[in-house]
Amino acid sequence: MIYLELFIEFAKVSIFCVGGGYASMPLIEASVVDTYHWLTLSEFIDIFTISQMTPGPIGINAATFVGMKIAGFTGAICATLGFVTPSFILCLIVAHFFFKYGDIGPIRGALNGLRPAVVALIISAGMGFVLLALWNTEHHPADWLAFDKSNLLILALAVIAKTKKVSVIKILFGSGVLGLAFGLMGF
Amino acid sequence: MDEKSESTKNIETAEVNGANDSNGDTPKMDPKNYDHFYRALFTSTFLISAFTVGGGYVIIPLLRAKYVDEYGWLTDKETLDLVAIGQSLPGVVAINSTVLMGYRMAGIPGALVAAFATALPPLITISLISLAYDAVAHNPYIELVLKGMQCGATALIVNVAIDLVRKQLKKKLILPLAIIVITFIANFFFDVNIMALVLIDGLVGLVLMREKKYS
Repeated sequence: MIYLELFIEFAKVSIFCVGGGYASMPLIEASVVDTYHWLTLSEFIDIFTISQMTPGPIGINAATFVGMKIAGFTGAICATLGFVTPSFILCLIVAHFFFKYGDIGPIRGALNGLRPAVVALIISAGMGFVLLALWNTEHHPADWLAFDKSNLLILALAVIAKTKKVSVIKILFGSGVLGLAFGLMGF
Repeated sequence: MDEKSESTKNIETAEVNGANDSNGDTPKMDPKNYDHFYRALFTSTFLISAFTVGGGYVIIPLLRAKYVDEYGWLTDKETLDLVAIGQSLPGVVAINSTVLMGYRMAGIPGALVAAFATALPPLITISLISLAYDAVAHNPYIELVLKGMQCGATALIVNVAIDLVRKQLKKKLILPLAIIVITFIANFFFDVNIMALVLIDGLVGLVLMREKKYS
């Protein structure tokens, strides 16, 4: 039965997806393109492109896309559930033990080292986003002065809104509206 | 509409109770005391997941801004701990982290609500897009809206990052700051694998940072 097969296959893949994001792509490709021939390589690359511009973790996007293609919306649900279920259960087990017995020297020490690491990764994501928003590149911009002025304006307004305690969702929504408005005005 | 006034009311209560200090070990407010907690958790997580383009480290600062700054359901320390754990487990970092945060706030029901709210938006979006990929992928209006939202998300991530660094600076400890700087440079400029960085920083902490002052 295809639904069960999708669930089990994506469950298997997700167990080996340590590190998240793009780290999981080769694994998904191996299963979906090479083993099962559910997608062609070019369709698989399309998922990359879609994931660049749509919300959501790339693993979920791939699972949904494949499920949809193979067996419609029910297939999408099965593949996505398959992809999420193993780590969900694992997270619950780890969380249970962490909150019960996590307060011991070595674990506390490791987390004390990991907290600054997470801060660094958030800064890194932020810097990447600044480059993307203002210079439309993920790497070193060719000309630092040639930045996107309307995007800078949206960014600045969003910063001001955040310091004025405007809710996160209103800020995201408002930025989208401004993006559309500025674009239509040709600003 | 009445949810808005409720959430303002709740935020105000949180602020009266000394809200702006998220340094402490206990959250500003107990989620259990929040009216319609599950609805608020689902709605805010769903909307953030729906509007956020990008992976784990993009959605996490936004969730942190919501849960820590606005609702006071979690502390900064808890959030960072749980993200670190979520990063080390297999699966999607964003979902692992929200599951762990949901569990911290309200046990298994909280974890379930958070997981659904994170996974549902991409499931819906991609299902729709896969039906009409070409129409959506190159639609100029959608591109403009997404670009605008990306700028808003950028502002929020930068804001959260500055906040977190400022708190770390206040503690005046060399080792955590060194980890921040070195990990950032390794990841941003040299594309060192995140898993490798997590492993190394975890080991550094395990060996050198067991003292109380680091927690």
